[in-house]
Amino acid sequence: MNLMDKLYLNRFVPDNESHLKIKDPKICKEKCDAKYCTYICPAGVYSWDKESERIMIAYEGCVECGTCKYGCLFNNIEWRYPRGGFGVSYKFG
Amino acid sequence: MPEKFDVVVVGAGPSGLAAAYKLAEAGLKVIVIERGEFPGAKNVMGGIIYKKPTEAVFPEIFKEAPVERPIIEQRYYFLTDTAKIGFSYRNPRYKEDISGYSVFRAKFDRFLAKKVQEKGALLITETVVEDLIVKDGKVKGVVAGRKEGEVLADVVVLAEGAHSLLAQKYGYQKPIPPQNLAVAVKEVIGLPAAVIEDRFNIEPGEGVAIELFGKATAGMVGTAFIYTNQNSLSIGVGALMSDLIKRRIGPNDLIEAFKNHPAIKPLLRDGEVKEYLAHLIPEGGYKGIPKLYGDGIVIVGDAGMLVNSIHREGSNLAITSGALAAKAIIRAASQGDFSANTLKVYEDYLKESFVMKDLEKYKNAKDFLEQNHDLMTAYPDMMDEAFFELFMVDGVPKRDKFKAIKEKALSKRSFWQMVKDVYGLWKGLIR
Repeated sequence: MNLMDKLYLNRFVPDNESHLKIKDPKICKEKCDAKYCTYICPAGVYSWDKESERIMIAYEGCVECGTCKYGCLFNNIEWRYPRGGFGVSYKFG
Repeated sequence: MPEKFDVVVVGAGPSGLAAAYKLAEAGLKVIVIERGEFPGAKNVMGGIIYKKPTEAVFPEIFKEAPVERPIIEQRYYFLTDTAKIGFSYRNPRYKEDISGYSVFRAKFDRFLAKKVQEKGALLITETVVEDLIVKDGKVKGVVAGRKEGEVLADVVVLAEGAHSLLAQKYGYQKPIPPQNLAVAVKEVIGLPAAVIEDRFNIEPGEGVAIELFGKATAGMVGTAFIYTNQNSLSIGVGALMSDLIKRRIGPNDLIEAFKNHPAIKPLLRDGEVKEYLAHLIPEGGYKGIPKLYGDGIVIVGDAGMLVNSIHREGSNLAITSGALAAKAIIRAASQGDFSANTLKVYEDYLKESFVMKDLEKYKNAKDFLEQNHDLMTAYPDMMDEAFFELFMVDGVPKRDKFKAIKEKALSKRSFWQMVKDVYGLWKGLIR
């Protein structure tokens, strides 16, 4: 079962604005070779877009664990909680 | 004018709810602010709640609480690439004298919150606490993410969980390094109760908890788990974030590898994934504990790094810390003084309890495991080879077999290294 199919099982209430932001896209492009966020995020929220040379954020599938915030060794992710009532809403937990 | 309460509790997890329950019971005016749709909507744990520490705060709660199965058997498995080496302890006496139940937090926390409301606390959901109100270094309340969101209080109980955003913003906690956090991913896998009972060798109304090490976490510092629920399994893998970063392994790949291990796959056969979850576990241990009190503030549960990862305990430390924080606040209220000096007694209560005693006992455990990464794979691998030879009946005399096993083991790890390992394990984990 692939990750997208798993995430599809969860209940999400997506906000229309992302609660995750890259502070400085230049750092991703110029300093961060590893692109930690693209593999350490359990929900695969982050991907590297070769064309625009930017990190893309699929925040709608974020499970709000906070891994990216602490896993970005350049401290380049601005991590906020989604607004109250938005985001993941676990049925089991 | 913003409304004023005696206490604002930030977060409706076990620690915040325990604090709120005790405070409301003592007659204090309490508000609990939770960002989820309902208490539990954002909360994740492996899935065992411990009866006695929970009942010490919420008496007789398990007469009605939504639980899955009482755990009557604990299994420990070490995995190599292909083998499983195990130890288990099973005793149906745990059904009469229950230690823990498998639970779902979305159901359990919601129930707990109802009990807190019944005691008179006010619960507000779907609301993020965005900031603290601090004047002259004293915490005076919180700013909630809604119109006219200021809420004043004599004390803020910070039960914000592993994220600990506010604890870090105000310097109670230092920025948390990746080696002080584990990333855990979990799946709830549906199976009929009868299948679970056959597969795990239990009767209806009995449960099993399995903890797994070694290749279960691809050799990273961490554990995997399988817990039986009524009609599902909770399975998961947690590993230190610093290890995941170093090895460049994604948490989902880790749980997929675990699910496909030859010793695990048959346990999950025909199961249907119901939910996919992830959460951080504070792994800083005793040395990573932040300053737990200040003027008008106490920090409880995961936000206080109060997790005993060696024994996979967290909810019981959370609940106990919440109740002890409440005890300190009730005392402060009787004196009309909510300064750090008065609230400091919270830390003293923690030190007298199992919470700090257990964390202190294991204060070197994580460093030891981090510095001896290969331990969790080297010994299972060694045992795997030894057992494989030992159980292979092939006409080789036993004396020759033992000699070969011993030589092979010593070729991989010197005698003195093994002595050092045993001493380290004893010092770090047992003493």
